[in-house]
Amino acid sequence: MAQDAKVEVALNCPVPMPAKDAVLLGHGSGGRMSADLLHSILLPALRNPVLDQLNDQAVVEFGGARLAFTTDSFVVKPLFFPGGDIGALAVNGTVNDLAMGGARPLFLSLALILEEGLPMEQLRQVVESIRVAAAIAGVTVITGDTKVVEKGSGDGIFVNTSGIGVVPPGIELSADRAKPGDRVLLSGTIGDHGITILSQREGLEFASEIASDTAALHTLVADMLAASPEIRCLRDPTRGGLSSSLNEIAARSRVGIELEERSIPVRDEVQGACEMLGLDPLYVANEGKLIAIAGPEGAEDVLAAMRKHPLGRDARMIGTVTASRPAMVTMRMRLGTSRIVDLLAGDQLPRIC
Amino acid sequence: MKYLDEYRDERIARGLVAMIAQRATRPWVLMEICGGQTHTLMRFGIDELLPKGVEMVHGPGCPVCVTPLETIDKAINIASRPGVTLISYGDMLRVPGSRTDLFHVKANGGDVRIVYAPTEALKFARANPGRQVVFFAVGFETTAPANAMAVWQAKREGLRNFSMLASHVLVPPAIRALLSSRRNRVQGFIGPGHVCTVMGYREYEDLIREFHVPIVVGGFEPVDLLEAILMLVTQLEEGRAEVENQYVRSVTYQGNLHAQKILGEVFEVCDRKWRGIGGIPESGLNIRQEYADFDADRIFGTQGVTADEPAECISAEVLQGLKKPTDCPAFGVRCTPENPLGAPMVSSEGACAAYYQYRRHLVGAKGSA
Repeated sequence: MAQDAKVEVALNCPVPMPAKDAVLLGHGSGGRMSADLLHSILLPALRNPVLDQLNDQAVVEFGGARLAFTTDSFVVKPLFFPGGDIGALAVNGTVNDLAMGGARPLFLSLALILEEGLPMEQLRQVVESIRVAAAIAGVTVITGDTKVVEKGSGDGIFVNTSGIGVVPPGIELSADRAKPGDRVLLSGTIGDHGITILSQREGLEFASEIASDTAALHTLVADMLAASPEIRCLRDPTRGGLSSSLNEIAARSRVGIELEERSIPVRDEVQGACEMLGLDPLYVANEGKLIAIAGPEGAEDVLAAMRKHPLGRDARMIGTVTASRPAMVTMRMRLGTSRIVDLLAGDQLPRIC
Repeated sequence: MKYLDEYRDERIARGLVAMIAQRATRPWVLMEICGGQTHTLMRFGIDELLPKGVEMVHGPGCPVCVTPLETIDKAINIASRPGVTLISYGDMLRVPGSRTDLFHVKANGGDVRIVYAPTEALKFARANPGRQVVFFAVGFETTAPANAMAVWQAKREGLRNFSMLASHVLVPPAIRALLSSRRNRVQGFIGPGHVCTVMGYREYEDLIREFHVPIVVGGFEPVDLLEAILMLVTQLEEGRAEVENQYVRSVTYQGNLHAQKILGEVFEVCDRKWRGIGGIPESGLNIRQEYADFDADRIFGTQGVTADEPAECISAEVLQGLKKPTDCPAFGVRCTPENPLGAPMVSSEGACAAYYQYRRHLVGAKGSA
């Protein structure tokens, strides 16, 4: 049949829309379109050995110390949501990017882009939230900038934070270090943040108990690193969800990753919202969860350490790294079948029915 | 989670698979009509569980996929005009028209928005009287009543800035078209559970009298689909051809009479082109003359927009179940969800995208899966 098809089918379908002539929202989704943007425009221009690592943070040796450096921008809508706000996200997100490199976070910068007309009270609230989050995380905001744009040119507040931390000697975490036989650990339930934000969006308000999981994960990381030297890689699965982070690791390490559906924790409220909206929790954003790839010898110790920490209470072993199907993430389903956990092209779109 | 876990239960599923294997003494070709069912089959890997002789082919029930090219072009045309806000369901935005898609219209300054329900578009129209708000409504009998309701309500309120670009399609005429084809291979159908929740299943009895094929109205979870397959195989093995209802927790014989009433009030049956298949008589719904003031096609004068689809595109064969997505030489190579060459690669309910998203790891292992 396939051979027949080759002879018979002259492909003359509608011309595809190459997403190359303009930036689309999907380019910011964390999926394949984001990766394309990186590889077609940013890396060719700015390529260097540190950037090429494509980790959540850069680690460089300077003056005898190993410094971790990262930056992240926050454009969330609404600005305030159950469990947090844009200020808490901006601190925790950057602290977590440092922590995923094994670094102890030290200093943050804070840049605010404010839209004309933003109520001063909202700005005060966000700044207060930044103060509290920084205090909890033990980091200091040591420099900053503010800009104001015309009404309509922004969306209330955009926040950028950069962070510097120090990586203790002997710690080498990177997405290209996963090996067949390694275990995949997850620190808790997935999808909480993304579904919380969705539930607040205009036109979709649904009553729910879900709150964002935004939290600084560096103390959890410190406990894990103390438990075993076998950790190869850490990632916090933010936009694009669990799937994007695992696909990145699988691609960078040239390994396969096989997940167990039954071991991935999802709250009932999150599962319910996803079923209703036609979304898959594997692609929904998290802000206070991490994935660890750990060698088989140390995985149990790491898992035990995670479970002792308040932010890793629900930690599970969710899969293994395999030599087969390199660069692909698959999932063994409850029914005994398997499916691909693909990197999405752009944003996950709600299905019609 | 209640109403979910029991329909994904491993033991029940395995039991049904064993019974299907036991009943099936000959090969059977079955089609699930609805894109939501295709999605479940692929996502849960039901094809891996079925005995070799029971083959599932994937029907034309993805509303995004079968929306004709010219309708997408009309939406793009309307959305590109100043003062217009075009509102639709999420996955319509990525469907390629002849030259561009709605995401690109949005990137170029068009006001294109996503909602979950047409009433949200109404709300937006009320709040923004200065803008012409157009709801781009696609879908089967499932989504049509809510869309009809939006138009009905707009008329009642005398909303002057709301209209609808409607491209609804009906399932029974599509089944009739498939069964009338000389190349038809399908011996039994899993009927569309949500469509039948609205319409009931009286119409399907006519099909059975005409074509003598069994139809089992099925749900959308793995256990639903396996039970529907078992019911179909049982009928086929016993030489019966009846309409049966597997999805009893949602579907009744008469369906939702209120929904049918509003549907008949606002829409009328018309001939309709299906992307990938072609024209099917009396297979669509148009806005009635009485509601012409809310028909975006008339208001914006886009009735004349036409677009020819290449007849040789394999999507025609895929949507009729004559070929599997993996039989296409472009599948996964030149045609991917980022760059869909044809409609079934666009929505995750489309057969090609569902294969690509969930099943392509098995293509090498099992031949053309």
